[in-house]
Amino acid sequence: MLTVNTVGRVFPGGIEALRDTSLRMDETDFIALLGPSGCGKSTLLRLIAGLDQPDSGRLDWDGGAPVPGDIGFVFQDATLLPWSTAEDNVFLPLRLRGMTRAEAMPLVHAALHRVGLAGFETARPRALSGGMRMRVSIARALVTKPRLLLMDEPFAALDEFTRHKLQADLLEVWKQAGCTVVFVTHSIYEAAFLARRIVLMTPRPGKIAAEIASSLQPVAETRLDPAYAALVTEISRAMAAALA
Amino acid sequence: MKWAPALFGLLALALWQAAVWIEHVPVYVLPGPLAIVGAFAADPVGLLTALASTLLVTFAALFVAAVLGGAMAVAMSASRLAQAAIQPWAVALQVTPLPAIAPLIIIWVGDPFVALVVCATIVAFFPLFANTASGLASAPPELDDLFRLYGARRWQTMALLRLPAALPYFLSGLRISGGLALVGAVVAELVAGSGGFASGLAYRILEASFRLEMPRMFAALVLLAIAGIVLNFGLGAVGRMILRRRGVA
Repeated sequence: MLTVNTVGRVFPGGIEALRDTSLRMDETDFIALLGPSGCGKSTLLRLIAGLDQPDSGRLDWDGGAPVPGDIGFVFQDATLLPWSTAEDNVFLPLRLRGMTRAEAMPLVHAALHRVGLAGFETARPRALSGGMRMRVSIARALVTKPRLLLMDEPFAALDEFTRHKLQADLLEVWKQAGCTVVFVTHSIYEAAFLARRIVLMTPRPGKIAAEIASSLQPVAETRLDPAYAALVTEISRAMAAALA
Repeated sequence: MKWAPALFGLLALALWQAAVWIEHVPVYVLPGPLAIVGAFAADPVGLLTALASTLLVTFAALFVAAVLGGAMAVAMSASRLAQAAIQPWAVALQVTPLPAIAPLIIIWVGDPFVALVVCATIVAFFPLFANTASGLASAPPELDDLFRLYGARRWQTMALLRLPAALPYFLSGLRISGGLALVGAVVAELVAGSGGFASGLAYRILEASFRLEMPRMFAALVLLAIAGIVLNFGLGAVGRMILRRRGVA
């Protein structure tokens, strides 16, 4: 789908956020970008989204550059429009491309249903819990049927129980939607549970240090699997070695 | 708890009346509350007509300030050139004392009502303009990114993100400017009144002070104060109602 080719990014002020970063992403990949803060993982995600431009290197898209709707983005905060209902928040990406409400509503309701929010269509963000707001945010990212779903520490601000539930539900959504997911996190447990490929990044300057493949089943029960604990250990060792 | 302000006010009024009685304060120095009520009762139609005239200027100015302030804030948010061009003049307008320019405006603008509205608008303009401008810039950067990601056009970002985000700021600006428009109307009336334009509550105050009719002067002042309080709370209530309907308050 996408090849990130020796990309570098230096912010004004001379902070080198990324250096010589290369990564290949294929259809239906689930990649976790894992590392401490300042390792450039969010920068890499923004470059892929086209929200920022690299200073060196390039992004090679198979089959041409993405058009609006090809990429879904989920931020750390739900970033919903507080004055809009759940339904209207999910409608937004379709509305921006000129779709009418009547055309969009079946897609909007399907997306809300997929994230488990059927029945909350007309609720405003204030009336929803943090976990539910994040579900609306995920539905909004899914409603355009993106080829690539980018997620920037989406569950970091949630409590652990909500986070576990959302992680398990995200795996279901990913399997159904069949899109590629790139998931930024600083949690080894989260990366190990979710991702098929765990990409370790190190800071100053941000770069990719190692990659670990996971052979765990993408299901909720994996959390109790001894192989999951083993993978966490493996990632922890690799991360410690990379940071040493 | 709810009655505390009213009780406190009544107590203060009683003490005031008692002090005036006990000390035999002459009415042309300080009239008691009863004398003030008496002055109002002597000519309610005249005073209320004057109040209506002042309020008409106030609301006209508030409306013009809301339209101009809102529109200029939007222009500034849409274009850096407009921002560079407008901002210094808006600040200059804000720091210029109204009494200093009111005589000029009254001379230049032929129609007295329009002149008063222009003066009050100058005072009411800035909070509406500045609040709306910061409201338009208040949306979190992630939402800006989201709109960019989906290829939003500039007018779409304005209509669907910036304007709704600015609404609470605009409404609190409206509340501040409501009081300021009243103050501006009164100041302009004082200036115009000394030039012979006989309308509005400020002119009644001026007139009463020339005639040493202190109770009538106080009655006009009390009406102004009440109008200001009602305006402030009224605009606050309207703002809260709008925001509640939109689910953001």
